[in-house]
Amino acid sequence: MLTFLRQRVLSSAVPLVVVVLGVFLMARLTGNPASLYLPENATQQMRDEFSRAHGFDKPLLAQMVDYFSGVIRLDFGQSLRTGESASTMALRAYPATLQLATVTMVLAVLLAIVIGSWAALNPNGVADRVSSFMSMTAASVPDFWLAIVGIWIFALTLGMLPTSGVDAGALSWVLPILTLLIRPLGVLTQVVRGAMISALSAPYVKLARSKGADEYRVISRHALRNASPPALTVAGDLAVGLVNGAVVVETIFGWPGIGKLMIDSILERDFAVLQAAVLLTAVTIFALNILIDIGYALLDARVRRKVTA
Amino acid sequence: MTTISSAGGGQMDGIGLDVDGLSVDVHTPQGTARAVDGVSFRAFRGQTLALLGESGCGKSMTAHAIAGLLEPTAEVVAGTVHLNGADLLSLSRKKRRKLAGPMLSIVFQDALTALNPVYKVGTQLAEPFRIHQGLSAKEAKEKAIELMAHVGIPEPASRIDFYPHQFSGGMRQRLLIAMAVALSPKVLIADEPTTALDVTVQAQILALLAKLREEHEMAVILITHDLAVVAEQADRVAVMYAGRVVEEGPVEEVFEHPRHPYTQGLLAAVPVNAERGADLSSIPGAPPDLFSIPSGCAYQARCPLVQDICRAQRPRLEALSEGRAAACHFAQEAQDA
Amino acid sequence: MTQDSSVATLSADATADVPTPVKARSERWSNMLLRDPMAAIAAAILLVVALVAVFGPLLIGESATRGNLALTRLAPFGTAHGWEYFLGSDLLGRSVLGRLILATRTTMSVAVPVVLLSLAIGSIVGMWAGYHRGWRETSAMRLADVILSFPSLLLAVVVLYIYSPNVANIVLILTIARIPIYLRTARAESAELRSRLFVDAARTFGASSGAIIRRHIFPVVLPTLLTVAALDFCYVMLAESSLSFLGIGVQPPDVSWGLMVAQGKSYLRTEWWLSIFPGLAIVITTVSANILAAWVRIATDPGQRWRLTTSRKRRSLRRTVMEAQ
Repeated sequence: MLTFLRQRVLSSAVPLVVVVLGVFLMARLTGNPASLYLPENATQQMRDEFSRAHGFDKPLLAQMVDYFSGVIRLDFGQSLRTGESASTMALRAYPATLQLATVTMVLAVLLAIVIGSWAALNPNGVADRVSSFMSMTAASVPDFWLAIVGIWIFALTLGMLPTSGVDAGALSWVLPILTLLIRPLGVLTQVVRGAMISALSAPYVKLARSKGADEYRVISRHALRNASPPALTVAGDLAVGLVNGAVVVETIFGWPGIGKLMIDSILERDFAVLQAAVLLTAVTIFALNILIDIGYALLDARVRRKVTA
Repeated sequence: MTTISSAGGGQMDGIGLDVDGLSVDVHTPQGTARAVDGVSFRAFRGQTLALLGESGCGKSMTAHAIAGLLEPTAEVVAGTVHLNGADLLSLSRKKRRKLAGPMLSIVFQDALTALNPVYKVGTQLAEPFRIHQGLSAKEAKEKAIELMAHVGIPEPASRIDFYPHQFSGGMRQRLLIAMAVALSPKVLIADEPTTALDVTVQAQILALLAKLREEHEMAVILITHDLAVVAEQADRVAVMYAGRVVEEGPVEEVFEHPRHPYTQGLLAAVPVNAERGADLSSIPGAPPDLFSIPSGCAYQARCPLVQDICRAQRPRLEALSEGRAAACHFAQEAQDA
Repeated sequence: MTQDSSVATLSADATADVPTPVKARSERWSNMLLRDPMAAIAAAILLVVALVAVFGPLLIGESATRGNLALTRLAPFGTAHGWEYFLGSDLLGRSVLGRLILATRTTMSVAVPVVLLSLAIGSIVGMWAGYHRGWRETSAMRLADVILSFPSLLLAVVVLYIYSPNVANIVLILTIARIPIYLRTARAESAELRSRLFVDAARTFGASSGAIIRRHIFPVVLPTLLTVAALDFCYVMLAESSLSFLGIGVQPPDVSWGLMVAQGKSYLRTEWWLSIFPGLAIVITTVSANILAAWVRIATDPGQRWRLTTSRKRRSLRRTVMEAQ
């Protein structure tokens, strides 16, 4: 298990390093990185001063050393808007996004298991129709538009829910979660349904039935357990993809998370903060990928052996 | 051998399983087909009954129908299956589940797919005890270890924590058998238990089955397409063709004096009986598609004895003598053919 | 002679409705499409969208770009001011319908190049990697993993900040983000095909690897790749509209569907049509592409094609049966 872990950590670290390095290289490729940090109307003198102060006039290799040591110390410089440390701002926004994403994923997984299994057990039943409708919606309706329709109907027309912000307590969670939920739920339900259909017709389910196992035991112990590794892989990918949705949802609903921070810092040209937010997200995804691998190995003994052998 | 005397049908108490007129329909995209058509046979305790036939003849479907494991697309449309005085087919699902294990169990063909890949074998072996006897995990595990030793798996105490993929094919089949006999059932269905194994392992597994049959005095229904396995292991044989039993009787008699042309064809095709250099015999043609079984006898297109009556009228399985039956209009003539 | 003529009759019978293989194929395809009304409607909608993207801007004149201050905030479904204003007008008096038509072209001019480019690059590299195996395969797959392991928006956010958000850069980023999808599919299929007999035979005859990939692997992999491309078209459209909606995609004065939703969202309470119609345009197009992709997937799979030759009701019944098996 330890060998397995070490291997997974190393291979997941590759993309992380690529992203960290990529951000650095792209910023330098523009010629004068100082212009990224400064307002667009900054004078040449301001740019030069900024370059000197931040070592952008040093050779590329020295800059890279500076950059990486900054990344390790979580020092990305100061925000142009507030003068605060960029990493502090990113870390402050972080929990809001994490809460939103966690609640969404937990809901998505639970609902997908229920609806997907139900659909697998009753083909062409209500759950089956609901599941294919949801997957169609997930694949074809843009989340930002769904959010706007939600605001239009429930906030503006019916006045039941707040249009944005986090001040209305539980009510302010409803629209953001629903918007964010659509994609993972739609995809995951289909995956659970498919995996359950094949698990339910697998010989080991017949064997369990031949031992006198009741329907509950057959579904929960045998079918669901075998359907869970593929579902977990997809759930992991969806959790990573949730970043896309979080940026959109946070922007629309004024949710003070890391996605909104990214977009705000782009629109106000605050490169230090953007960089901090992007790298923090990248680290989170790195950790998430490792968690998924561990979960996968715990669920399926064959994976452990295959990787460590 | 006690075969012939007990096969007389007079000793009702010796009957392990009594299948009468079992019919199964399969619903497919191409329409509905009768995969099992009025199959009847009896399996006696302490004996092995072989269900012999080519793939697709309905023998596995029969087994799954008896065990209540049919796919949702298949349904039993007629017949009774009596076990211990009760008709399995008319029992509620709950009552039937109570019998699955202690009364009737099944050994599957492919142990690798039949064992659940995500659980340790110990967990799976313990399941019958947990379900039916309500044992604690620890007690059930002890029973599982005993069981593994009993079916000849070395070092059971340490290998109980292995996963199915860590065993060889023969060992996996032993594990399946262990699960099936865990609660000493009265009837054991073995659905091609050795097809996936190589010959030496095959012999060991069959020997194990025979040993367990004696110990538990089970009625074993051995489903196979292998004439040699039937000859060695079975007391009685029911030959199936296109969803029906075409001939039934004690193995020795059926193999020595087959009465149905299909059985005759099968036996003639065994290379052992052929002389070196001579052409190997085979049955011309192929079994009929289940959707287009002709009226009359299903074997008519391949039968050397075919007459007009075979095309018009489907032969019934008629008793020929004590414990023997065949479904052929010319069963008497066939004897001499 | 008699034998000959009987053969001739037989083959004439067999080909009565199949004049030439190519034509027969297209005929079957169109028939199958017509037999599935949903797929036929979806195909028709996509055709209309394509035509609007190409010819639409020629028809609408200036009502979409030049505001008419006498005709601001017109509600939709009125015919008093001509067909251009049927879907209402915005705060500057520009026709919403006209802007939707202009946006169709922008949206398509992002989505179509992205799909074609990533399809071409991804499948060529994928087939090459899958055919040669070894280090070529490993490095291509690692690269695909790296790209896929991060959300595309994260990449887009950085690149579009550093370089300006214009159509070319959006196409570039989305192409890079989508290449792995085709790369993985093409690699898997060509690695599998490589071991088949007909590829072996070609190799024995001394065919070069390029020729084998072109003549033997590409034709087999193509249907799968096209299905993936059809589905990915939706993804790319949604990605572009998300970027534009967030303000880091298509920039004014250009207009795309996503940008229109963003521009209208502040006026949702009063001028709801500014945001709702462009969103509907996106949904209708992506739903159509999805339906068509599902249809193509079934139509190109010989094992499932029968589903399209029967009516819908029976198909759902059969689906039950097939899946239960």
